[in-house]
Amino acid sequence: MNIDAAFASLKAAPLLWLLVTGLAYLLAEKLFRKSGHNPLLHPVLVAIALIIVVLSVARIPYPDYFSGARLLHLLLGPATVALAVPLYDNLQRVRSLLVPLSVSLFVGGVTGIVSALLLGKLFGLSWPVQVSFAPKSVTTPIAMALADKLGGLAPLTANLVIITGILGAIIVVPLMRWLKVTGEIEQGLALGVAAHGVGTARGFQLSTTTGAFSGLAMGLNGVLTSVVLPVILAFWPH
Amino acid sequence: MLYGFCVLVLFQLIGEVASNLLHLPLPGPVLGMLLLAAWCVWHRGVDPRLAQVAQGLLGYMGLLFVPAGVGLMLLGPVLRDQGLAMLPVLVLSLVITMAVTALTMKAMLNRHRRKLRNRVLVRRKGKADEH
Repeated sequence: MNIDAAFASLKAAPLLWLLVTGLAYLLAEKLFRKSGHNPLLHPVLVAIALIIVVLSVARIPYPDYFSGARLLHLLLGPATVALAVPLYDNLQRVRSLLVPLSVSLFVGGVTGIVSALLLGKLFGLSWPVQVSFAPKSVTTPIAMALADKLGGLAPLTANLVIITGILGAIIVVPLMRWLKVTGEIEQGLALGVAAHGVGTARGFQLSTTTGAFSGLAMGLNGVLTSVVLPVILAFWPH
Repeated sequence: MLYGFCVLVLFQLIGEVASNLLHLPLPGPVLGMLLLAAWCVWHRGVDPRLAQVAQGLLGYMGLLFVPAGVGLMLLGPVLRDQGLAMLPVLVLSLVITMAVTALTMKAMLNRHRRKLRNRVLVRRKGKADEH
């Protein structure tokens, strides 16, 4: 039995990369738990890094990897649709604070898009990279779908979104102290609008109210951005 | 399980078809999400079979980004040329967005509370006048 031949047939089996992805994620989740949920060790980023190392060392081209891991990628669509369930649950909260919430959400969501585009231009990023940055504050599946549809680089967006969430989770407490914003609702909203799911997880560490409003803001900002971003980009000079 | 999954896939497909036919800039799955949320509002609730599948899928959402995220390895040249400039864009845009959202909400909530208080005062005054 030739070891090289066995290795070659293993590399050709598409399920191998599904398994590698699953194992890398399990390992990354374990590290995340062991570190006491340190946001810098976000399991998605760690899993991506681990797999990139494995593929580079084994000299596997990305398309070969992706054809194996495609099954997981395909589930992203139904999972995005599934966001309707927490969105519906959170919508029940909107009623009492309809006006303050919608105004802040609109102002915050548009600020997220416009600031990314303006700063991107200022720092000389190319147009596809600017488009990849524009939806960086919304939850990854929506951001990736938007980047893909509007001429951005979806893999870049996926990583930017997660890094944004991690930074948001780290800076929220000092930033809010500096701005003298003490209310749980305001903090939750800021986390959800700017830092999506990772921010919401941080919100629940601060208090249940903060987490709940963060979850609501994340859902609504996903909706707002997917409607507003195509309009802004259509009129944005580039 | 299968029922809930079929509902999700059905809404995604409706979203994709509608997005293509109507030339909407919204991605199909996002439109599907909006339609499903509207469906839940219409029916005033979420079918427990759907809720169960949604919870299961969302619990592993992170895993589902990984295959696309690994595509970063193809973006070596972009990262080499623009990676350094990306950092300030990311950090500044994040800080601005967070600060603007929090301060707007603070101002709006203050206004909202003042209004509520005034309404209560007016009501009390009205009652006092009746006596």
